[in-house]
Amino acid sequence: MSDFTEEQVLGKAYDARLMRRLLTYIKPYRKSALLAILCLIAGSALSIVQPYLTKVAIDRYIGTGDFTGLNQIAFLYILTLIFVFAFSYGQTWLINLMGQKTMLDLRMEIFQHLQKLDVSFFDRNPVGRLMTRVTTDVDALNELFTSGVISVFDDIFTLSGIIIALFLLDYRLAFAILCILPILLLVTLLFKIKVRDSYRRVRTAIARINAFLQENITGAAVVQLFGREKRQHRQFSRINKEHLDANMQSIFYYAIFFPLLEVVSALAIATIIWIGGHEVLAGTLTLGKLVAFIQYSDRFFRPISDLSEKYTILQAAMASSERIFKLLDTQPTISTTANPVARKVEKGSIEFRNVSFCYNPGEPVLNDISFKVGPGERVAVVGHTGAGKSTLISLLSRFYDVQQGEILIDGANVKDFDLQELRRSIGIVLQDVFLFSGSVSENIRLGNKAINDEQIIHAADTVHASSFIRKLDAQFNTRVGERGSSLSVGQRQLLAFARALAYDPRILILDEATSSIDTETELLIRDALAKLMANRTSIIIAHRLSTIQNADRIVVLHRGRIRETGTHQELLRLKGIYWRLYQLQYRDQPDPALVTSPKSLDS
Amino acid sequence: MSERKYPLTYLLPYLGRYRFRMILGFCMVILTVVASMFSPWVLKYVIDGLNEGFDRARLLQFAAIILGISLVEGFFRFWMRRILIGVSRLVEYDLRNDFLAHIQKMSLSFLQSRSTGDIMSRATNDLNAVRSVLGPAIMYSMNTVTLIIIATYILFRLNWQLTLLAYIPLVLVSITVKKFGGEIHDRFESIQEQFSSLTTKAQENISGIRVVKAFAREQSEIEDFRLLNFEYLRRNISLIRLWGVFYPLMTALLGMSSVALLWFGGRQVIDQRLTLGEFVAFMGYLAMLTWPTIAVGWVINLFQRGSASMGRILEIMDVPPDIQDEPGSSAPMPVHGSIEFRNLTFSYPRSSGPVLRNISLFVPAGTSLAIVGHTGSGKSTLVNLIPRLFDPPPGTVFVDGKDVRDWPLAQLRKTIGSVPQETFLFSDTIRENIAFGSDSDISDEKLDWAAQVSQIADDISSFSKKMQTYVGERGITLSGGQKQRVAISRAVAILPKILIFDDSLSSVDTYTEERILGELAKIMNERTSILVSHRISTIKGADQIVVLKDGEIVERGTHDSLTAFDGVYADLYRKQLLEEELATT
Repeated sequence: MSDFTEEQVLGKAYDARLMRRLLTYIKPYRKSALLAILCLIAGSALSIVQPYLTKVAIDRYIGTGDFTGLNQIAFLYILTLIFVFAFSYGQTWLINLMGQKTMLDLRMEIFQHLQKLDVSFFDRNPVGRLMTRVTTDVDALNELFTSGVISVFDDIFTLSGIIIALFLLDYRLAFAILCILPILLLVTLLFKIKVRDSYRRVRTAIARINAFLQENITGAAVVQLFGREKRQHRQFSRINKEHLDANMQSIFYYAIFFPLLEVVSALAIATIIWIGGHEVLAGTLTLGKLVAFIQYSDRFFRPISDLSEKYTILQAAMASSERIFKLLDTQPTISTTANPVARKVEKGSIEFRNVSFCYNPGEPVLNDISFKVGPGERVAVVGHTGAGKSTLISLLSRFYDVQQGEILIDGANVKDFDLQELRRSIGIVLQDVFLFSGSVSENIRLGNKAINDEQIIHAADTVHASSFIRKLDAQFNTRVGERGSSLSVGQRQLLAFARALAYDPRILILDEATSSIDTETELLIRDALAKLMANRTSIIIAHRLSTIQNADRIVVLHRGRIRETGTHQELLRLKGIYWRLYQLQYRDQPDPALVTSPKSLDS
Repeated sequence: MSERKYPLTYLLPYLGRYRFRMILGFCMVILTVVASMFSPWVLKYVIDGLNEGFDRARLLQFAAIILGISLVEGFFRFWMRRILIGVSRLVEYDLRNDFLAHIQKMSLSFLQSRSTGDIMSRATNDLNAVRSVLGPAIMYSMNTVTLIIIATYILFRLNWQLTLLAYIPLVLVSITVKKFGGEIHDRFESIQEQFSSLTTKAQENISGIRVVKAFAREQSEIEDFRLLNFEYLRRNISLIRLWGVFYPLMTALLGMSSVALLWFGGRQVIDQRLTLGEFVAFMGYLAMLTWPTIAVGWVINLFQRGSASMGRILEIMDVPPDIQDEPGSSAPMPVHGSIEFRNLTFSYPRSSGPVLRNISLFVPAGTSLAIVGHTGSGKSTLVNLIPRLFDPPPGTVFVDGKDVRDWPLAQLRKTIGSVPQETFLFSDTIRENIAFGSDSDISDEKLDWAAQVSQIADDISSFSKKMQTYVGERGITLSGGQKQRVAISRAVAILPKILIFDDSLSSVDTYTEERILGELAKIMNERTSILVSHRISTIKGADQIVVLKDGEIVERGTHDSLTAFDGVYADLYRKQLLEEELATT
């Protein structure tokens, strides 16, 4: 929600550095852009001709009663209409197409860049904020490209075209009209300044309204419990009133500005009548020219009031591009080294050598951790909440880099592997199973086209996931909701197992779910686990007694240090930390020996 | 939920409040239009006069008249905008106030059934669309109708054949706007739809970035995103195709009416059935009609969107609050604070099974009750029923022997000081947060005392701005324990007869906890307290302890009797002893 306020801070309206960088995005489409500008120039030029045609009609044909000439002029006028139509269609089409393509490029670049960034970046930046970059900020730039830049061109070109036309018609009168221009500019400038202030007031007020609403909806229970409804409402009315007042102020400025513009344009017409009228009477100006002048002055003022509106678009776009570029300039600290020496993970041995790590300086999470896991071995890691178990996993997959010591796989430092290759050979099943919205099989395949349907079904069969999948409406094609809400915790676990199995990793990492699962599912999971771990090096953050008892070794992590290592029986005899943990966490679980053997499930 | 056929009619009473302004505004519209009609006519006299050759002195007169007319017109236009757009902002203000007032009355179960974002978008985007109807849409339709009527009358009097001919393109423009408007709206919707898939994809990718990285799926994610983007582009192109035609076509059609005037009007002038001045005046009137003809279609679209948005707002405003004062409710005087649950079985609306089963429990005034149990055993639900955050069935929950449903809601809640499980602080100063439930004239001494009870006083005095320290959104600048202690002070400050602590010491260390409990003990004897906790240390001093399991009371007694019994409580106790031992290892 902090986005509400953050996003509404507006900076300066033009920044050459940002603009130059923005223009590089248009570069691939410069031909379209150029063509669009040509269309624009041609279109504007032709529309400027139209009042001139009226002038010719009045002076040359209507005055003299020349019907044929009048027909010709009408025909010419229609021709200009057709061409203006064609040119402005071409311009709109080209420019919007370019805008959309540029946005696509930009959006893809942001998205691709996000894929490269470190996990710690995502720890720091809430999803909502990053989403704004991909959506709102990109849109602000689209607005700039399609309506901003181009119409500024249009306005400037039309304006200068009309000035030229006026001078060609009659330079004295043209000069008189131009004298009004400073008045217009002054009015517009004053208006712009005033409106900017009240616009800012409105934005601030609306941000406060939104923040207040959001807070009071989320905290509705507290408001109700303490009977604060009336006072909160009064407070809201005050903020709301500020919004109203700010708007009333801006209405006032608009209400003055628009009529004032018309007064200025009436001033122009009055000038034409007075000065032009004299010239007509003196015979130095034709009536047709006078009429053309009136028509031009009407078109003259539109671009100027238009230009002032472009200011906000520009301002918003600058702020957005600044944020986007800041994101794009954030470099990942964790990436594949220039020349990764280590090839594939083959045997799958793991070694932690004197590893220390902290998320925040001064708060060590892991302290001088050393242990080895041989190929095909199963090691269980146990410890109290916050002992640093999950951090071990994150370090192995290089979600974060160790600060001291090193982690070796197959004898090579993890930093020397190709990052993608490394992660591909480590299969992770996390406690909180994240499912993407998509079908069941899509969630197992996770976009890996190398995995075919049979492999998916096989993986699901092996981990006993198919029995529930086949009961779903569309079986493997059933769509699971956002975050997999339509599936139970146990079912999601099984799906995650199938996912890991389909990827067939050398190393398997499990963060077991602690949530209580019914005995039947528990049995299925236990058997699935056994199959999953066969022939793989496994590190398990263990919550299940069965896992612990079957592990080759147990590592007890306490406050970031390894305190005990050994098998279940050895550690129990020690009567140390493990023994206490065992009493606390595992004692109530059914003894694996006592529940039906998983083998019976295969039959 | 009631379905209204014409959602916008809901706004009539709101507009009714400002009916005099509306009438005045309408008068201004008419005056503005009438004033604007004079300019082209003056121009006619000028041109005709020039054609026949008249007195130079009159030129200045005419120029002054033109300027004068525009000043008069501008004066009316100024008031037209101010009054009519102003009314729309006033109604927006009223509507927004009423929206919050309504939300405040809604029960938690209603609010929880909708996402905050959903409610927010109704209060912002939809309200905005409704405001556009009230302001610009009403103003422009008044303006357009008046202008078209008057201008058409004048033009017909001037030359009806020419008027008919020049009007054909104008009618076409209105039809185009309406027709294209609908189609553009549809294509726009389909773009929005695709955009939301795009957003969903990005959102999912970012929230699931750890999984994406763990499975090295970056490339395929990028491909998926690219496909969605291309579809988005395709739909945008289909809109551009239409959009690109729309405006140029309008310009061309409007241009056709100029051609009609030039050609047919020119002939009329030659035939001397029309003066050149009238011809120029005609041109002026046509130019004045340009914008209103475009506005017709645009305004219709505004009305359509506003109506849909109003419908969405009414989906919330039309739902009557489900928890409110029963008729004839009254509070007993004085309040003692005894609590009783009588055969209480409770399930949440729209959920399958009951969360609480057959709970019977009496807590005499001035005594304490502790509730323990696993996550999901119904502890929070049980305590939330006392202040009626959710409504219990009639005849099951009593305070001072009176069914809570028969208490006036405000009175009942004033009697109870709650510290909810999830600490929610408001983005305001610490002082304001502690004084949140108290009368606005609460003394500083009393606030200091409340801060002392929860042991937050020392923390506060270490902040440079003391009580005036701003806690940030949701109290982000405070630690979890500090937030909880501020919440405790907030509850204590209202001097409630009943105190409810829903797992409110979980983020506080045991040493501080002990001191808080000590302070509380001093004030507890005249108040009834309910403590929900996992920690034995918090609850062992309670007069009564109940253990909840799957919504049922499975054990009850005192600390001593329950530890002797060797059940769930005793097991919990043993484990916590071990845990403490582990913590000191």
